[in-house]
Amino acid sequence: MIRLLTPLVVFIGLIALLIVGMQSAEERKRVDSPLLGRPIPNLELPRLHEPDNKARTDERLGEPWVLNVWGSWCQSCRVEHPYILKLSENAGVPVVGFNWKDERADALRWLRQFGDAWAYHMVDFEGRAAIDLGVYGAPETFLIDHRGIIRHKHIGPIDEQSYADLMVRIGTLRDEASQ
Amino acid sequence: MIAELGQVFLSLALILSLVLATVPLYGAHQNKPELMRMAHTLVIGHFVFALAAYLALTAAFLNHDFTVAYVATNSNLLLPWFYRVSAVWGGHEGSLLLWILMLAGWMVLVSVFSKNLPRAFVARVLSVMGMIAVGFLLFTLLTSNPFDRLLPGPLDGQDLNPLLQDPGMIFHPPLLYMGYVGFAVAFGFAIAGLLGGRVESQWVKWSRPWTLMAWAFLTVGIALGSWWAYYELGWGGWWFWDPVENASFIPWLIGTALIHSQAVTEKRGAFPAWTVLLAIAAFSMSLLGTFLVRSGVLTSVHAFANDPERGMFILGFMVVVTGGALLLYALRAPRIMTGKGFDFMSKETMLLLNNVFFAVSAAMVLLGTLYPLVIDLMGWGQISVGPPYFGAMFILLMTPVVMLMPLGPFSRWGQDNLWRVMFPMLATLAGALLAALVIVAWLDAWSWRAVTGWMGGLWLIAGSAHFLFDRHRSSRFGVPRHQLGMALAHAGVGVFVIGVAMVESATYERDVRLEPGQTVEVAGLAFTLDEVVSVKGPNWIAEEARFSVRRDGALIEKMTPQKRRYHQSGQTMTQVALRPGLFQDLYVAMGEQMDEQTNAWSMRIHIKPFIRWIWGGALMLAIGATLAASDKRYRLARKQQAAAVDVNAAPSRP
Amino acid sequence: MTPRRRKRLTMIVVLVVGIGTAAAIAISALQENMLYFIAPSDVQAQPLPADRNFRLGGLVEAGSIERDADSLHVQFVVTDGVHQVPVTYAGILPDLFREGQGVIAQGRLDESGVFHAREVLARHDETYMPPEVAAALERSGAPHGVVE
Repeated sequence: MIRLLTPLVVFIGLIALLIVGMQSAEERKRVDSPLLGRPIPNLELPRLHEPDNKARTDERLGEPWVLNVWGSWCQSCRVEHPYILKLSENAGVPVVGFNWKDERADALRWLRQFGDAWAYHMVDFEGRAAIDLGVYGAPETFLIDHRGIIRHKHIGPIDEQSYADLMVRIGTLRDEASQ
Repeated sequence: MIAELGQVFLSLALILSLVLATVPLYGAHQNKPELMRMAHTLVIGHFVFALAAYLALTAAFLNHDFTVAYVATNSNLLLPWFYRVSAVWGGHEGSLLLWILMLAGWMVLVSVFSKNLPRAFVARVLSVMGMIAVGFLLFTLLTSNPFDRLLPGPLDGQDLNPLLQDPGMIFHPPLLYMGYVGFAVAFGFAIAGLLGGRVESQWVKWSRPWTLMAWAFLTVGIALGSWWAYYELGWGGWWFWDPVENASFIPWLIGTALIHSQAVTEKRGAFPAWTVLLAIAAFSMSLLGTFLVRSGVLTSVHAFANDPERGMFILGFMVVVTGGALLLYALRAPRIMTGKGFDFMSKETMLLLNNVFFAVSAAMVLLGTLYPLVIDLMGWGQISVGPPYFGAMFILLMTPVVMLMPLGPFSRWGQDNLWRVMFPMLATLAGALLAALVIVAWLDAWSWRAVTGWMGGLWLIAGSAHFLFDRHRSSRFGVPRHQLGMALAHAGVGVFVIGVAMVESATYERDVRLEPGQTVEVAGLAFTLDEVVSVKGPNWIAEEARFSVRRDGALIEKMTPQKRRYHQSGQTMTQVALRPGLFQDLYVAMGEQMDEQTNAWSMRIHIKPFIRWIWGGALMLAIGATLAASDKRYRLARKQQAAAVDVNAAPSRP
Repeated sequence: MTPRRRKRLTMIVVLVVGIGTAAAIAISALQENMLYFIAPSDVQAQPLPADRNFRLGGLVEAGSIERDADSLHVQFVVTDGVHQVPVTYAGILPDLFREGQGVIAQGRLDESGVFHAREVLARHDETYMPPEVAAALERSGAPHGVVE
């Protein structure tokens, strides 16, 4: 009997390894950005609609805001788009777009088709500023508090669950700012 | 609309598979023929709905319905219709749907071709397969629904990954899945055998043709994938020991052990428990492969969707399927553990050795694939295991297999004598070794790999020929198909070994910088770059290099590799130019533009000797297995068994 | 001991010895062929043996690609945002190799800190970065431009 159970035991060991492996794979992907709890890098980037008018990250000091990384090439950004709409309507803080590795014409066409829900967009066509921000995929969403500290980063498309989570976190940031 | 219909069809298929997974099984347990008979109808209904769902998704692709998220991600307006049809399985969700359809198809075949088997046994087999169908349908509907809408839909889709826009890719996944899913049949038979009462020892014979067919499909599927990587990825390699490739190779190795152990169990009743275990392992490894590819646990060049939720689901499913099967095995195996004794030197030992080597090989590949995961979990850093590990392990493990393989078919059941087997083969062996030396001298390809490769390969081919010759002489009715198939498959291994040895030892590779007008000499051939021009395709533009290849001044081939840029995704792709040949392939791929003014490009020029033999050998393996599966002894035997069982069973019925 | 049992015992011994040997060979082969994944910061942090192969991951620094005029030699810099490692390579770069893109180079590090790549792999998809590269970027800590 014990001999016959050997395959089962080996199999359970394998499954245990895979479960732990999955967890760590998830963590590896989730590793919170080293920027968490640190000030957002000082970036000066052109705006999507007015390329000559540069937008700076430090001009947002004083109130919490949301930075959302997207690109017209990114299918998951389409998926989370309805939540960006809801976020900019209900969050009560500016939701700024970070248009990443895109082309202006494509980005503008995309916005015309699906609607521009963001306050304005900073563009990073070459993806150099994104390295400083620690962006490694789109979509990603950063929450920055009124002192310019990155407080949270959500990787991947926003869904019902993460939308609710983001709303709670934004509420906390707003309370902090008004104190 | 059509997407909603597809959704409904899938849900209906799920309901039918739930009934199928339970009712016939219960019927078999309670000996209620009317419940068992339902299996046949349920299987057909399940197949019809799976097919309808599949066609619904195909229709969405053909109609450019970009409101379906999966279509939007994997197709676009410029994609030709045949790639739109194959794009159905180009992504994670659709490939699952194909899995489901094939499983449904296998179930119909089992149901149709098993009319002569005891009803309770067939009912059990189909119920077990129904359980697997339930798992995959739930997986699709809950975590990876291909019919999810994306509203409002984009004007144009994202495009199918250009790597997959290729004829080889149209057939590679379906064949591979046919193999994976086919092992579900062997699994179903084994579980039904464990569950069953008196007829359990017969299931091995009944499941042999199914296992052989599944293995043949898997062989062709893997070979096609290798061929695709060779001409599509532009590196000139044919096997990369990538985790995804390993994921398909592990079930193949176990399947190889399984078809051999089934032979022993069927003929001699020896190690039946081991055969059951292998049948469970072959299908479990197919599931594991699916898990590794789709969960993001391992990094790979061509990883599918990386989603932990999907990973957890497959793991959970594996726990139920494999865990349940192994538990059942532990409880029931003692009842089937019978078998005749055998001597050291016997056919049983030969086949046992085959099993040991193939099972250990599978374990080695699994170890190398999972080792990075273990190291990472231990916090020892991030590593990857280099291909030399796999190469070294394979040479080590397969050398004895190659040496012993031709002797196996000559050995006798029960008890034999090594010298009796070896003696008549000595002339064949000497001939093969001598011929190998002559050929290597003639090709002027002296290297230990080429010499040993030719020796091993010719020994296998000559051994198979010798076997066929012997059988032909000693039998009045001609060589039966299962022996013919076996000899063909073993000779195929020889062809494969020669191909691998030549490609690995005598490939001529050169990466050069070329301007139009320049010529490079490679192994007696002159490659002249005539010009580099721009060309246009349906959904891409390309730079095309035009080469003239001359031998002694005479033009033998025009070759035109391309560097394509796909409009929609902006991805760049290398399109290789190939001149295939039985004895050598010419292979030219474009690198990148080095200088705009002179239009100089980096070019990769390879000459690959005998590379077609690799896939040719694999094809012989598959044809051999198909031949063996079609042998009439399985059909005859089945009828006799069924009749015998029915006669025996009659008095016991109330 | 009956002949039958003796035969069985011999068989088990043969199997155990065989599998043991195979396992020992496998482990040593694994050790030899293990390629450690390193980030530019690891190169800075500790001296690495020059006789071992590594996989170096990071992003290709913008403006760092230099090609030789008449051969296939190319030099570029791999960065993780904090440290840089110069890489040399002779051969054809993958289709997806570009400035600012994630790459994995496989090769050796020489005494002067130059990485000699034998193989260069590029990241496959814009929405996807090999977790190894992503993790290396994370491990490197605070990128440039952060005011401490």
